Amino acid sequence: MAYLELHELRRAFGPVVALDGIQIELAAGEFLSLLGPSGCGKTTALRLVAGFDRPDSGSIVIDGKDITRLSPNRRDMGMVFQAYSLFPNLTTEQNVEFGLRIRKHKRGARRKRVAELLELVGLGHAGKRFPHQLSGGMQQRVALARALAIEPRVLLLDEPLSALDAKVRVQLREEIRRIQTQLGITTLYVTHDQEEALSVSDHVAVMWSGRIEQVGTPSEMYGAPATPFVAEFIGTMNRLQAVVVDGDRGEVEHAGTLLTVDAARGRSRGEKVLVLVRPELLELEPSTNGSTAGDNTLGGEVVTHTFLGSVTRLKIQGREAELIADVPTARVDSLPVGQPIVAHVPTAGTRLLSLNEEPASDEPDQDGR
Amino acid sequence: MRRRWIAPSAVVWLVVAAAFFLIPLIATLLFSLRSIQTNKCCSGAAYSLIVHDHQFWSTIRLSFQLALETIAISLLLFVPTVYWVHLKLPRLRPVLSLMALVPFVVPPIVLVVGLLNLYKGAPSWFYDKPYGFLATAYVILAFPYMFFALDAGFRSIDLHTLTEASQSLGAGWGTTLTRVILPNIRVAALGGSFLTLAIVMGEFTIASLSAFKTFPPYIQVVNESQPYEAAALSLLSFLIVWAAMLALVLVGRGRPRPAQVAATR
Repeated sequence: MAYLELHELRRAFGPVVALDGIQIELAAGEFLSLLGPSGCGKTTALRLVAGFDRPDSGSIVIDGKDITRLSPNRRDMGMVFQAYSLFPNLTTEQNVEFGLRIRKHKRGARRKRVAELLELVGLGHAGKRFPHQLSGGMQQRVALARALAIEPRVLLLDEPLSALDAKVRVQLREEIRRIQTQLGITTLYVTHDQEEALSVSDHVAVMWSGRIEQVGTPSEMYGAPATPFVAEFIGTMNRLQAVVVDGDRGEVEHAGTLLTVDAARGRSRGEKVLVLVRPELLELEPSTNGSTAGDNTLGGEVVTHTFLGSVTRLKIQGREAELIADVPTARVDSLPVGQPIVAHVPTAGTRLLSLNEEPASDEPDQDGR
Repeated sequence: MRRRWIAPSAVVWLVVAAAFFLIPLIATLLFSLRSIQTNKCCSGAAYSLIVHDHQFWSTIRLSFQLALETIAISLLLFVPTVYWVHLKLPRLRPVLSLMALVPFVVPPIVLVVGLLNLYKGAPSWFYDKPYGFLATAYVILAFPYMFFALDAGFRSIDLHTLTEASQSLGAGWGTTLTRVILPNIRVAALGGSFLTLAIVMGEFTIASLSAFKTFPPYIQVVNESQPYEAAALSLLSFLIVWAAMLALVLVGRGRPRPAQVAATR
């Protein structure tokens, strides 16, 4: 049963519709990330859950109780903000203790809880410091401890890592996940960073233009994007416009080339589709005579190399479309810039989206491919 | 450690500025130390007469009490107002800024005539008493000082985030204002308060025209007949303002300054 439910939440600011009837459900102890580009409505959704804003319509239910009209200080939501939000006049300990004082907990109990939480976030030594004496990462850890101190019903995190440098960001996101798992607290996390969302969440909800595009596990979101937007937003994806030629054999035609993809089986002839292929699934070979060779291949020429560590990303100018392919860095010397290549499109593992329907109703194939 | 040098031009300007401020004070001090009988230096008779004059103590007490009352009313009135305007009604801020300039534009003599007419029918406990009528006039007079000081204080902190953080932890509006916001604009509030103190301690026109015996009209009365005592009084009033400023520095010391608060964001 869902612990936190957002029912048809709608919020408009003048003519701008920030949320257009979103529906989200979180089970108790679940970690769900709202992922999307700036202005997609994810922070608005979080602020509605926190109570800092009121929806135009729809409801927010927590543990069976409607809290839509409840003021933020009565919701028992712990929140970590994007901006450093520690109270500058209070020490680390006093910041963590703040919510407990408001709840009139006894002094001994407060001190014990504060010490436990500071240890949990690895800042047991920094209790007497003021916020301006802490680094950005430390401040966000204290903010996390402060939010957890009140034993919130739901933990809300609004891009808490966006102001930190890359290394601290990775460390802290792992720590957030560790603490969340340890405490089993229901968590709603807002981020625009797909890597962050995919690495820490049980489920990810991709938002765009005030709507939920798709909800799924990180691997589902990566491997089976349901809409062109999700396909584009999560990771890098090659998008090939094609027409189904033979649904029985799974054949589609892209730029005059016949491709066989399992996902096209059962599609009706003449259907316009988008063939989605991850860069790591494309296999490249140098072309000896400048033309494509064999089945399921596309021809092109290497345009650029981008070093990404263990792999190098190659941009390939095809006949009609630009392709992106990741190849092991060790074998990139055989594919220099200007080299004509053939790219093998895998039959399995390739996704297909129908272009005959409205984007919002684009659904993944029933078999989950 | 590298030794820090002060540029010679800076020293020159420092000396000029110090002379500009100190010469009149030294002259006043020397004048106040002249003997009433011989007109020559040095005697503490003027100071002795002043501190033994019960009117000195009663007028300075009244002015000080009026200053504290004005500060209290101004803080109670303006802190929540400026907080709310910054938080919820930012479009009203320019309107409030414009209103705050009115006491600068309207001369006190015009203000007092207007206020005397406005409150003519008011109950005597308000109209005839300095703690009623005069304090009201002083709140208006202190408005720009208090408003601009508080406005700067509120702008130096991340008001929205601090408010929301406090609320998410269970605090209501009152607790948020008193335990989170006020401590972080404390220096600004103190700045406004001491400017108000200085204004009220030195306000002559309104007090004189509305016939209340506060400290500045007392200085004026002394000045008409006792020049050495008047000079002594002037120095004492300077000392009071300096003491107030020193108190501001001491109270504001060792706590996160607005710049530090801003730097944490």
